[in-house]
Amino acid sequence: MNVNARVLSNRLAQQCSLKRIVTFSTKPTQQAAAVAVPQQKDAANSAPVRKPIVPAHYRFVYPEFLPDPKVEWRNTVREKLERLDMLDRRRQIELPEFYVGSILAVTSSDPHAAGKISRFVGICIHRERCGLRARFILRNVIDHQGIEVVYELYDPTIQKVEVLRLEKRVDDSLFYLRDALPEFSTFDEQMEPETLEEGTPVPINDIKVVLRPRPWLERWERQNLLGVANIDQYIKDKHRKSAEKVQKPWEKYDMMKHYRATIPEEEQKEIFAEVHTELHTLELQRKRNKRKRSFVKPKQLA
Amino acid sequence: MSQILLRNIKRVGNAGALLTHSSVASPLTVAAAVGISHQQLHTTPACCEIRKLARLRVVDNSDLGKRAMAEGRPPRCIHVYNKRGVGLIGDKVLVAIKGQMKKGILVGLKQKQRLKQPQFDSNNLVLIDDNGSPLGTRIHVPIPTVLRTILKEKTLAKGADYTKVLAIASRYV
Repeated sequence: MNVNARVLSNRLAQQCSLKRIVTFSTKPTQQAAAVAVPQQKDAANSAPVRKPIVPAHYRFVYPEFLPDPKVEWRNTVREKLERLDMLDRRRQIELPEFYVGSILAVTSSDPHAAGKISRFVGICIHRERCGLRARFILRNVIDHQGIEVVYELYDPTIQKVEVLRLEKRVDDSLFYLRDALPEFSTFDEQMEPETLEEGTPVPINDIKVVLRPRPWLERWERQNLLGVANIDQYIKDKHRKSAEKVQKPWEKYDMMKHYRATIPEEEQKEIFAEVHTELHTLELQRKRNKRKRSFVKPKQLA
Repeated sequence: MSQILLRNIKRVGNAGALLTHSSVASPLTVAAAVGISHQQLHTTPACCEIRKLARLRVVDNSDLGKRAMAEGRPPRCIHVYNKRGVGLIGDKVLVAIKGQMKKGILVGLKQKQRLKQPQFDSNNLVLIDDNGSPLGTRIHVPIPTVLRTILKEKTLAKGADYTKVLAIASRYV
């Protein structure tokens, strides 16, 4: 459906891209500088103008800063305002880097709970939506009962988000854990946060999950999952055939579709140039504070 | 609903052999019986709503509930005590369990829940009697914290006291 809508609105997209609002900016000087750079290069070919250098990994660390590429939903002003609100929230609370497959602990205020606080530990099985509406799903098995909780990342009632284990999985979303054996989504609530050394890339956990026998919640055999070990064990020839029928191997060559489904690189740079300095200073601040907290004053002996 | 119907067909599937022998059976029923006898037919995604004839899982340690679950004959909802006809968390339902009618409270749902409220992998039920006191003495799975508020609101001064269910919970999520 989405794709169809996007195809239909292609012409609209072109019109929009011509009329895009770029004048609304809180940092006019910076943008002017960024615009000025190519002109100067053309003119003199040697003018060391300092541009904000946005690290390439920012689009993975802060995916919610990129808007939804669906054209009907784009609104540059709203996106900009949302980004400002997101930065405001990030000044109040540390929202760490995490991915699908990372294990998180979310502490949120809960008017119904005894201590007015509830903490839930679980594996992040899905991340979706962007801007202030960015949200993720945590899953855990407690007392042999599978439980899932949806959190919004910028929810003001969230008090703390801890990453207990930072890692990625080989698939984009792990909904198949619902059909997997419970030990694959069981995590200890008293887990200590595991620290990664600075500068190391995020490890990819290529664990193969073992599924229960059918019936399943979804037709996993059609989804080309890499993190599942035993799909073949449970499906029959007719499932294999129908799975082959719905495959679209040509889609990886469809550049237009890919273009419509993503935010182009130039636009990404524009967006991150806006928020990069603020995010960077916040990161540095957090690091400094962490070091301060970890420093223990030596005890005076005798 | 279609799932339930198919399950019923499957149960009849053993009698399919009888059907084939009898001349009354239409080719369609025979085909259905043969096809279903060795595989589980599944056409629509399961409806996670608690409405009439939905199967539930008893999560307390009442004798009746334990026996029903152990036998593989989980209780069926035969009435939901609200105006929607679809059970939400904390709603009272009437269930048919081992040939008896019992009341119960829904303490965990498969359906999509609100933000920050847990969604369970099974539809959980705690059996109660008419006064609202539970038949068991312990709930062996976590229950959502919202139930505290919901059940307190549902308990009226002279009616049934549902907060006794909260007292036997082992843990909250």
